Amino acid sequence: MAFRHKNTRRIEGLDSNVWVEFTKVAADPSIVNLGQGLPDISPPSYVKEELAKAAAVDRLNQYTRGFGHPSLVKALSQVYERVCGRKIDPLTDILVTVGAYGSLFSTIQALIEEGDEVIIIEPFYDCYEPMVKMAGAKPVFIPLRYKNDGNSASSADWAELANKFNSKTKAIILNTPHNPIGKVFTREELQVIADLCIKHDTLCISDEVYEWLVYKGNKHIKIAMLPGMWERTITIGSAGKTYSVTGWKLGWSIGPPNLIKHLQVVHQNTLYTCPTPLQEALAQAFWIDYKRMDDSDCYFYSLSRELESKRDRMAQLLQEAGLKPVIPDGGYFMIVDVSTLNVDLSEVDEKQPYDYKFVKWMITSKKLSAIPLSAFCGPETKRQFEKYIRFCFIKKDSTLDAAEAILKNWNKQTA
Amino acid sequence: MLRRAGPSLRHFLLEGKASAGYSSYSSEAKMSKPVQARRLEGIDKNIWVEFVKLAATYSTVNLGQGFPDFPPPDFLKEALVKALSGENHMLHQYTRAFGHPPLVKILAQFFGKLLERDLDPMTNVMVTVGAYQALFCCFQAFIDEGDEVIIIEPFFDCYEPMVKMAGGMPVFVPLRPKAPKDGKLMSSADWQLDPAELASKFSERTKAIVLNSPNNPLGKVFSRGELELIADLCVKHDVLCISDEVYEWLVYDGKEHIRIASLRGMWDRTVIIGSAGKTFSATGWKVGWTVGPNRLLQHLRTVHQNSVYHCATVAQEAVAQGFQRELRLYGKPESYFVQLPKELQQKRDWLVQSLDAVGMKPIIPEGTYFLVADISQFKSDVPDVPDSDEPYDSRFAKWMVKNKGLAAIPLSAFYCGAHKNNYNHFIRFCFAKEEATLKAANDILQKWKQEKTSP
Repeated sequence: MAFRHKNTRRIEGLDSNVWVEFTKVAADPSIVNLGQGLPDISPPSYVKEELAKAAAVDRLNQYTRGFGHPSLVKALSQVYERVCGRKIDPLTDILVTVGAYGSLFSTIQALIEEGDEVIIIEPFYDCYEPMVKMAGAKPVFIPLRYKNDGNSASSADWAELANKFNSKTKAIILNTPHNPIGKVFTREELQVIADLCIKHDTLCISDEVYEWLVYKGNKHIKIAMLPGMWERTITIGSAGKTYSVTGWKLGWSIGPPNLIKHLQVVHQNTLYTCPTPLQEALAQAFWIDYKRMDDSDCYFYSLSRELESKRDRMAQLLQEAGLKPVIPDGGYFMIVDVSTLNVDLSEVDEKQPYDYKFVKWMITSKKLSAIPLSAFCGPETKRQFEKYIRFCFIKKDSTLDAAEAILKNWNKQTA
Repeated sequence: MLRRAGPSLRHFLLEGKASAGYSSYSSEAKMSKPVQARRLEGIDKNIWVEFVKLAATYSTVNLGQGFPDFPPPDFLKEALVKALSGENHMLHQYTRAFGHPPLVKILAQFFGKLLERDLDPMTNVMVTVGAYQALFCCFQAFIDEGDEVIIIEPFFDCYEPMVKMAGGMPVFVPLRPKAPKDGKLMSSADWQLDPAELASKFSERTKAIVLNSPNNPLGKVFSRGELELIADLCVKHDVLCISDEVYEWLVYDGKEHIRIASLRGMWDRTVIIGSAGKTFSATGWKVGWTVGPNRLLQHLRTVHQNSVYHCATVAQEAVAQGFQRELRLYGKPESYFVQLPKELQQKRDWLVQSLDAVGMKPIIPEGTYFLVADISQFKSDVPDVPDSDEPYDSRFAKWMVKNKGLAAIPLSAFYCGAHKNNYNHFIRFCFAKEEATLKAANDILQKWKQEKTSP
């Protein structure tokens, strides 16, 4: 009897999930939570007001257009036309999804299947691997290697990357600004990837959820705007990251109609529409900021400035505790090598990598949470990154104060 | 670092050019294969995309797509406002992936009471983006290539493409109309499964059966006897039951909605699906749920965490408040679950009268907010086109919305391709509409009838 009700092959081995594990542990309110990437700062007040306004309109409590609420896709097309400098059709070039997560899923289900290979740059946002597997395809990993020249993180070994492409390569997943490392891929780096995509006729799935969060000296460049790339790229964005409303779960995919139409087919056969009042509110928020995209007080830029100072503070706290954080050029995460703390966990006999054990230990004994970096690595690379943990710094001052207190007292409590 | 990368990048590109021959072969090989995955084959068409567009363009009275044109109840709107205006701005951030704790707790309590079972909110309940996503999770979790899934016709149209997308094989079995008693209008109860026919559809490849009661589009509320018939077959063949019960509160004439999971041997093999959209007249909130045993729900959780992962927080918070209220008022006259079906029954009766008066023959639904009418006596404006691919009712519905401004959905939309012409003289109306809307529909119908009968 048990056999008949077994899970399908497509989800075999995909049941464990770092977030399910760690968000449960960190849910204790006495723990200073710098783990999961969710802001504890408030979204801007006009964003919250727009939702209240939208929910008061009767019609907006019922179904809207499946592929995206008309006023939202219109607003998105305007904002991104301005950013990209090209025409974007709201009806054919955009799909609104349940978070960027939903966009990744729709893209992969639409365009990836058994027999395909998908290149994933490590470390990677952890869902890419199971989503590629669930589509029946083979993930092919290539690690970013840390160049220890002081500032920002890493670069790919480009010859190594070229070797990963072959006739089966259907897509490469790009994440810039990068989670967890915070790398902002440069134009030159994107050009290398683009050249490979064109040469091998490969698609590019570009996860750009942190697109507005780039710090001084860096510029977010859209790979879809490089020559030859628009027709083969799906660019993914997120309301949660743009407006600090991760709980709204709205994201979008932008691309050419001949690709987006397949994402739309997946969407109409998976959840059909996204919630209406949230989409309307998001549309209104976008109009407000669209009108001030030339002003520095546009939320897209003001949030970035706010986060840059939090980044600098976080880095300082960690440095004062004797750690060497990798300063991110973008995003709201910071990774740090904890081996200098010399926490001996060899008696913890779980088969987990060091960083998993470290974070669990840190949560219970220091009341501070983070996410182990090996969660973002493929099987071959886990050992390489197992001394790193990831902190999230989109946190209010009192949270960072509490983290500071823990880090200052760290050495006093360790034997 | 960039400057160091510069020369090596140029070096790399030159290398690239040298292997031009290989690259063009691989490009051509790719170009001959479609870009999209095979799982999308045959599932790209969607009746709603077409009919929603038609309704938006032409209709003055929209009785097509299934959503209320009246607002959600005040207490639900207030719950949302309260959630938004509160101090807790964390309601704008991620909540628990498998369901916001206040919501899964109240759902476990509520459905535990209805099923007379102790339910664990963490393992026996999962929240989804509408019932639609719950269905998707079920098919992805349990249907592998080659698995058969029994679907009772007419069916909510998404079941078929979802089964196909999962690589499964839909196996259809029709509800067959029995002639009503002399002079009476047909009831949805008159559409029945033939027990022998149903039994013949079960094979060793049958993985699941999809049950939708109350049934969209017919409005049929499966009786205990009918559910026992299905349950016995499920137990005998060790088959799963995906039970779509989104219209569970919309039952009329004192009928009872019976949950198949409460029948013997069924809890362990059933996933129950529900919808806040239908329960609270808020289809645009897209909050649904699954209830079932952990050994089945664990696999739904795996699909969910690898597809959407979280559902929107604030809507879940408000729905939780809504359920709290309904638990307090359960069975009492002020309960929304008592008031809504009462109101809708009146609207149903009103529309039945309207349609009957003009010669369209309504099939009186026992539940849901849909009713299906037989247009074979009424159809003369839209001639038969014998060799047409498109079923008659579809052409009729399109003609009607364009020429009369009245939107409805052809019944053939709810049948598989091979069976679309079996019942092609029926159209489905949604009556979850304000009195003014139903009156306007009546005016259109009356005028239309007069035009047909006047010389």
